[in-house]
Amino acid sequence: MTIALKSPRRVLPGFGLSLGFTLLYLGLIVLLPLSATVIKTLGLTWGQFWQEATSPRVLASYRLSFGASLLAAGLNTGFGFIVAWVLVRYSFPGKRIFDGLVDLPFALPTAVAGIALTAVYAPHGWIGRWLEPLGIQAAFSRLGVLIALTFIGLPFVVRTLQPVLEDLEPEMEEAAACLGANRLQTLRRVILPELLPTLLTGFALAFARALGEYGSVVFISGNLPMRTEITPLLIITKLEQYDYRGATALAVVMLAASFCVLLVINLLQKWSNWRNRI
Amino acid sequence: MSVEATDIRKTFGAANVLDGVNLNAKSGRLTALLGPSGSGKTTLLRIIAGLDHADAGSGRISFHGHDVTGVPAGLRKVGFVFQNYALFRHMTVFENIAFGLKVRRRRERPARGEIAERVNKLLKLVQLDEFSNRYPTQLSGGQRQRVALARALAVEPEVLLLDEPFGALDAKVRKELRRWLRRLHDEVHLTTIFVTHDQEEALEIADEVVIMNQARIEQAGTPQEVYDRPATPFVYQFLGNVNVFREQSLALAGNGTYFHPGSLVAGGLVYVRPHDVEIVPHEPGVDGIPAIVRHVHTAGPLARLTLEQVQTHEPVDAEISRMELDQLGLQPNDLVLLRLRQTRSFKHDYAL
Amino acid sequence: MEQLEKPHLTMGAVISRLASPARAAPRATADPAWLRCLLLAVAVIFLSVFLLVPLAAVFTEALRRGVGAYFSAFASDETRAAIKLTFLTAAIAVPLNLVFGVAASWAIAKFQFRGKSLLMTLIDLPFAVSPVISGLVYVLLFGAQGWLGPWLEAHDITIIFAVPGIVLATIFVTFPFVARELIPIMQAQGTDEEMAAITLGASGWQTFRRVTLPNIKWGLFYGVILCNARAMGEFGAVSVVSGHIRGETNTIPLQVEILYNEYNFVAAFAVASLLALLAMATIVLKAIVERKAHEA
Repeated sequence: MTIALKSPRRVLPGFGLSLGFTLLYLGLIVLLPLSATVIKTLGLTWGQFWQEATSPRVLASYRLSFGASLLAAGLNTGFGFIVAWVLVRYSFPGKRIFDGLVDLPFALPTAVAGIALTAVYAPHGWIGRWLEPLGIQAAFSRLGVLIALTFIGLPFVVRTLQPVLEDLEPEMEEAAACLGANRLQTLRRVILPELLPTLLTGFALAFARALGEYGSVVFISGNLPMRTEITPLLIITKLEQYDYRGATALAVVMLAASFCVLLVINLLQKWSNWRNRI
Repeated sequence: MSVEATDIRKTFGAANVLDGVNLNAKSGRLTALLGPSGSGKTTLLRIIAGLDHADAGSGRISFHGHDVTGVPAGLRKVGFVFQNYALFRHMTVFENIAFGLKVRRRRERPARGEIAERVNKLLKLVQLDEFSNRYPTQLSGGQRQRVALARALAVEPEVLLLDEPFGALDAKVRKELRRWLRRLHDEVHLTTIFVTHDQEEALEIADEVVIMNQARIEQAGTPQEVYDRPATPFVYQFLGNVNVFREQSLALAGNGTYFHPGSLVAGGLVYVRPHDVEIVPHEPGVDGIPAIVRHVHTAGPLARLTLEQVQTHEPVDAEISRMELDQLGLQPNDLVLLRLRQTRSFKHDYAL
Repeated sequence: MEQLEKPHLTMGAVISRLASPARAAPRATADPAWLRCLLLAVAVIFLSVFLLVPLAAVFTEALRRGVGAYFSAFASDETRAAIKLTFLTAAIAVPLNLVFGVAASWAIAKFQFRGKSLLMTLIDLPFAVSPVISGLVYVLLFGAQGWLGPWLEAHDITIIFAVPGIVLATIFVTFPFVARELIPIMQAQGTDEEMAAITLGASGWQTFRRVTLPNIKWGLFYGVILCNARAMGEFGAVSVVSGHIRGETNTIPLQVEILYNEYNFVAAFAVASLLALLAMATIVLKAIVERKAHEA
């Protein structure tokens, strides 16, 4: 196969083929089904849509899904920062194991995570049995949802932070030390501002993941409507009852939320690139 | 505030970075630590600053007689300027310079107004008053360097340490900035030590030059001293170009009246700078080392010639003025005699 | 030369980052010793509670009634059918996604064109969308009341509540993995080597096979491993489209759910332990791939 330059701009071959296939695949797998959703939604009037999307049970599920996801993402950002710091800056026995372990929520299927977490936090579970005498019910409660969502989002903050922490110039911290700042001041004034876009991105990623999470939550939450029912589960329930309208309306709301988060992440990336330009 | 480093030893793993180094930087003077990469100069500077520590059981750092070896970096009253500036990217120029003052403990912290005054004075000093609200990414390399300097000066240090301050800049900016640094030093009279691998820079602006090589100090002295009276072959060749003559070439060539008497070490080598090689036309009865002209380069202020010794076939570099070249009318393959003016004699060649 | 995008902050890039074990850490900063101990303790406790304990629980529960009970869980026909279906799904989804991943990363990494970041966002989509919704969109498209529903019925093709639906949903959820793994690698490697090959007379395919492929082989391998792990473990999306017909449209994760809901805990955890082992193997393989990639 001889190569003739197809257009004066592209020297490497295969652009048309690769891009064409990519777009075809994406179109069939992603765009087509998504547009079906949109079209189905268009079958609803605004009034119907609004009614479906804001019924009390649905609103309760939003509160839980969004609220718990925000909280879980926050927990993950705080603890994730500590974990990333420790993994990047300190050496200790077993570090490689813990480092690999951070990927577990990502590699482990959500259903397995779900039943495992339930087993651990149930009243007779390893951790549940310590919490019960304290009156804290972990499984089958909102706390359980929070725990599951924290599990699922854990890698996102840590893995986003690690490369940035590794690339942090030690000279800046040394400069701050020479100028008389103690470690806390250096952390507050020099390190954290540098890491801010990354922290926010990790937060957003963990939040997005938690928002849509299904498998690991449905086992531990108990799925009580109005109390521990997350939105994705509500969607499935509606589907099983053949309430396509309701399911679609909810799906559109969640899709809108997903797009918003993706947009925020994109903006954060642009901000970070702008800051890091030399 | 003089700086004394006594018997500093430092190893990184298997590598010996500093091997019992002793340094004495006099108060108020501009001292240059000069040497090739890997000579240990930056490590020494960092140890003086407190950013690194000498190996346990070795070495002492004293400022004006007081032992500061155990004092942490933030309390040594040292201003350190990093090679890549290490400016805080998310802070403006003003905030960068004010940083050291803002992180002081409440009791020692100046009032907001006073901080602003000091920062503005420094901005004026480094000629960056209009850039106070800019971010480091909006500045050129030379400007960033000056901000780094102002930031270090803001905390009123007693010693100023600079790590290859001009290394990341291009040649012209480098020249301007180093002269500017000298003028600044003359105004401020702060004990300053700077690290460089550029001998031209060190010789031009330093009061004292300390030459380091392979974890040791080879020589310390004024620029004049180290250039005219180099103590070791390394110093000689590091500070400029060098021709090396063996005893054989000199012995074969005559009775020794054409080089500085008294400077030949028995069995040693004679070092001559290219501009100390005198070229005379080949005539019988005149003493000199016979050589053949191989190349003549005239693009530049001086004429550089490459010659080949007749007896040993070893190359010799010579520099003469364009005028002399014209007078001699030299062409490639001409036979000439070489006479040596200033020479130094060493037992061994330098270690690379 | 145009600044290449910093890949590591998009969702997909973080996902693909979820491999790298910490590289050689910079010289430890002088955090005071008490702080180091405290942070270390917090980190270790946090990780242990959230990660180590649940992982251990899977195996503990699976072996609660002894090794015999553990193995008998795999004797049931339903479970075996589920395992077979899972492997079949992975066997279809992974190669397809592999081809897609290679094509997409070639187009994105080696060429400049408008709409590139839109394309990358589209590729990241499955990461941001709930798996339940991923399944739902297919039901809305191919289901009995879906957009194409009547047409499919007329031609007697079933997609939803049958194997094809499961395969499609799995493809949707896992297609970014290979692409997102390869794109940063290929971007970092630039186009110099390929250009050199072209000037030396190589064809496009030859260039790809002999120049590009060897450079990306570890990333490719890892992307495939990740894609496979996710394909076998996907729960939410498959749950929506499968119809839960025992013995026919159940994958391993769905079978785990069924067993669990029947209070057959040991069997549920036993089957789940298969996936847990797969997850651990994935993590170990990641570490190996990372080391090989750094040695290369």
